[in-house]
Amino acid sequence: MSPRHGIVPRLKRKKIQEAIGSGKRMDGRELDDYREIVVKLGVIEKAEGSAEVFLGDTRVIVGVKIKCGAPFEDTPDEGVIICNAEFVPIASPNFEPGPPREESIELARVVDRGLRSAEVVDFSKLAIVPGKHVYVINIDIYILNYAGNLIDASAIAALAALRETMKPIYKVKDGEILLTDKKEPLKAEKMPVAVTMVKIGDSIVLDPSADEEEVMDARLTMTVDEDGNICTIQKSGSYGLTLEEIEKALNIAVEKAPGIRSKITGND
Amino acid sequence: MSKKKSRSRKKKKWERVDGREPNELRPIKIESGVLPNADGSSYIEMGRNKIIVGVFGPGEMHPKHLAKPHMAVLRCRYHMAPFSTDPRRSPAPSRRDNEISMVMRYALEPAIFLERYPRSCIDVYAEVLQADGGTRCASINAATVALVDAGIPMRDLVVSCAAGKYDGKVILDLGDYEDKEGEADVPVAYMPKLSKVTLLQMDGILSSEELEKCIHLSIEGCNQIYEMQREALKKKYGIEKEEK
Repeated sequence: MSPRHGIVPRLKRKKIQEAIGSGKRMDGRELDDYREIVVKLGVIEKAEGSAEVFLGDTRVIVGVKIKCGAPFEDTPDEGVIICNAEFVPIASPNFEPGPPREESIELARVVDRGLRSAEVVDFSKLAIVPGKHVYVINIDIYILNYAGNLIDASAIAALAALRETMKPIYKVKDGEILLTDKKEPLKAEKMPVAVTMVKIGDSIVLDPSADEEEVMDARLTMTVDEDGNICTIQKSGSYGLTLEEIEKALNIAVEKAPGIRSKITGND
Repeated sequence: MSKKKSRSRKKKKWERVDGREPNELRPIKIESGVLPNADGSSYIEMGRNKIIVGVFGPGEMHPKHLAKPHMAVLRCRYHMAPFSTDPRRSPAPSRRDNEISMVMRYALEPAIFLERYPRSCIDVYAEVLQADGGTRCASINAATVALVDAGIPMRDLVVSCAAGKYDGKVILDLGDYEDKEGEADVPVAYMPKLSKVTLLQMDGILSSEELEKCIHLSIEGCNQIYEMQREALKKKYGIEKEEK
């Protein structure tokens, strides 16, 4: 029994562990079952790309907005991607308005690292005037309902939104940048997919619910690209993992990723 | 281009930017008890990284509503000095700093007997004075030593080290250049006595086999650093040789 959880979570944990021990989780899923994934594209017409993802009761919208801006100093010829996550108060009684919480920074950064490491977008093709003007792509993750596993839901939504993003075409006239009314696809071809699991006692369960996240020992997210390579890992939670557990998680992630990916491509 | 040239001229085996072996750590120096006002402290140099860590507590939690009735709360703050990087960075904590503070906490928490200090708080402050790749690992190494120096009971020391892939090869303890230009970086924190991984992150692209290689190589590095941490602590307490 974990002494690190408060009394109510401790009772909850007992129930959850009993359920896992019997082979079925509290919501009837097997240990390695995902909840149903539904992807809707183009939910926000004013965004250059958008997607809404339902992962069971977890609900996330990602909007992609593109503008022309200045490049970073160290990469003057490359475009910029900025990933941000908002935990809006409507999503959970535990979310409050205010500056970003640790969890929201982590969520945005893990999704961002997944997209970056897999090179979903070719940054070198996003310069308008190299050194001066480049495409700045803002990926905003908006949590509408929290029911566990925000990372996977957000990673799916971000990728789905990028895949349907149309970038505006700018033309350069006498050193000035002019927006045309033409658009072209952003071209996001790589497909990294995040697979998150939590360790509860000696078990590893996939796609954790909010209750399972509350009582977990540790959480591990692995992002897998279409070639089965790993592009991002993030471990969190206050307990350690053995090497065997990590190896097991790695195998699960590589095995599960194609199924999740097909939910995104199924929409194309 | 220039890399290829130098390789053919020397006709030597594959070489790292700083001439290290693939499984060789950078020189490491650890000292404990360096801050008179802190309850525990340490200073680490890992290559050109220079990091100083202060630990305060266990003490009363402020604000009180954040205290937990059944255990102590560990708070970590990872912060980089404005002059630690080139170009200067803003002293305001970045999103990266916040994330590293969080993963540092997750890396250290498993080792500490937090249950022994209900309603109290332990603060760990890591100040990066100079950054040269692998600052989160170096900070964790120093923080562990500082926690022990503060007399906080622990299950094991937490040791941290990264491995990664650069120029097609799996290497240990990436320097700044290897981190930025390489294919992947896998920071790991490990408790050697308990055989538990408490921090695991990764960026870049690796196959499953390469990833497992990286994790095992990191742990090899951790085992070496573990001895250095122990030496630093023994030195502080004037223990020359372990009694048999």
